[in-house]
Amino acid sequence: MLDQGVFYFFAALAILSAILVVTRRNAVQSAIFLVTALLATAGIFLNLNAEFLFIVQVILYAGGIMVLFVFVIMLVNLDVALHQVQFNRQWFVALIVSAVLAAQVAAAIAVSRRTLYTVPAAPAESLEPNTERVAFYLFHNYMLPFEIASILLLVAMVGAVVMAKKRV
Amino acid sequence: MNDTIARSILVVSLVKVVVLLFLVLTAVAYLVWFERKVAAHIQGRWGPYRVGPHGLLQPLADGVKFLLKEDATPAGVDRFLYFSAPLLTMTLAISAIAMIPFGPASIHIFGIATPLVIANISVGLLAIFAITSVGVYGVALGGWSSNSKYSLLGGLRSSAQMISYELSLTLSVVGILLLAGTFNLSELIMRQDGYTWGHLPKWNLLNPTFPQILGFFCYFVAAIAETNRAPFDLAEAESELVAGYHTEYSSFKFAMFFLGEYASMITVACLASILFLGGWLSPFPQTPGLDWTRYLPAGVLAVAGVALIIHGVRYINVFGRIALPVLGVILGALSFLCSQPGVIDDIQGPFWFLAKVLFVLFVYVWVRWTLPRFRYDQLMRFGWKVLFPVALLNVILTSLAVVMRK
Repeated sequence: MLDQGVFYFFAALAILSAILVVTRRNAVQSAIFLVTALLATAGIFLNLNAEFLFIVQVILYAGGIMVLFVFVIMLVNLDVALHQVQFNRQWFVALIVSAVLAAQVAAAIAVSRRTLYTVPAAPAESLEPNTERVAFYLFHNYMLPFEIASILLLVAMVGAVVMAKKRV
Repeated sequence: MNDTIARSILVVSLVKVVVLLFLVLTAVAYLVWFERKVAAHIQGRWGPYRVGPHGLLQPLADGVKFLLKEDATPAGVDRFLYFSAPLLTMTLAISAIAMIPFGPASIHIFGIATPLVIANISVGLLAIFAITSVGVYGVALGGWSSNSKYSLLGGLRSSAQMISYELSLTLSVVGILLLAGTFNLSELIMRQDGYTWGHLPKWNLLNPTFPQILGFFCYFVAAIAETNRAPFDLAEAESELVAGYHTEYSSFKFAMFFLGEYASMITVACLASILFLGGWLSPFPQTPGLDWTRYLPAGVLAVAGVALIIHGVRYINVFGRIALPVLGVILGALSFLCSQPGVIDDIQGPFWFLAKVLFVLFVYVWVRWTLPRFRYDQLMRFGWKVLFPVALLNVILTSLAVVMRK
């Protein structure tokens, strides 16, 4: 009962902030509502007893990536965009895309409805500590993809530094 | 049945939250007094002296002043963010303290035994880092929403600094995680129990596998930068930026930024003592020869009480001649209480923990009034080219040592 209440609270918060992200004209405010949406998602993770995922979500997305977003938005003066009338209103395309997406999600839920609702929740005490679990799968079953991803990130980082250096 | 237990646990937690909140806010107020006193004595001054004996009521006067001053809001601010930034800073800084364990003993509230920590969660250390990483928003948004150039520059500077030093801060404790293998703060302390060669405590700073001296250095420097304190207080470099990100804040909104800064100082000091200095563990082994160290809490309180009484009766004004001896008598009574058989074991943990935290805080203040402020490019160069590689080196060396030990 309490779990459900907490879930609906965070879900409502996430959806509300997601809507505000796209409707706000002010870029900083949009970014802040995106942070709220990410934090609400983190809350849902916590409600599912996935503490490690919750912490990673907060540290990486809310505390890392979004801080850089906000930082760049604050550096670049976006006041001009605030006062301009948007003329490229592409309602129609957006409507089709979101309708397709909604249909996709609905279909996914409809297909997996039975399995989705019959998986019994594991009691919190019987679970292994989250962090060990994640580490085990990451470095045991998915070692190669993990290393490939890290090399990819390293390449991107070095590339960004090289490109920035050229200008100076 | 289950429901009533859950409800009473909730009530007990609430009681603990209220008590801790009161203690933390008082501690923050007196930390300001402590800092001003230490600063004054370092510079050969007296510091606060007028409000109460030795300025002891100065925090109270400051609080009243913060509440009663005019709360001016400059024109053109982003109202929602302008109001939420100080709130965010203070709330986050204070809520991090919920994860700190203050002692091994349990206390009884309404007949339910409960440990001296509010949230004893399995990922406690990471949770504190998560909270500090979100704390950047208070500074950045406060600077941006004030609609002032000084605030914006201060906010940008300090958020850039906090992002840079957060890396070293998190990396500096990885060595400890490798040694202990847990994120839980109470367990992290428990792993440091024991003594090398019978006398040297096995704190992480002096860990027999690999002493975390490099890690402690990185942690402390990064923590000073993370809390925007001198010599890394570029966010509020008054000679360049008036006051930095909180230039446009007045009255209680400024006080909230202020409280947040000092509360995060306390968190960082608590974390330093938990991670590197053995938390609530006593530095003396409980061998027959050193058994008398159990009476140290009572002894320290008794000496402080007697000193206060002797000094107080000769104080320059009447209020001090009454207040200081009364304070001394209270300390003496506490000292008597701490030497009683039932209490003496429970008091050991909190005493050593608070002693270590106070020591770290003193060093914190000492550093502030000793070192001049860094220049901005020096700060960035130091963070990325010195601190970060050193923290990384510490991780590599520690993991090598751990593997060799196995």
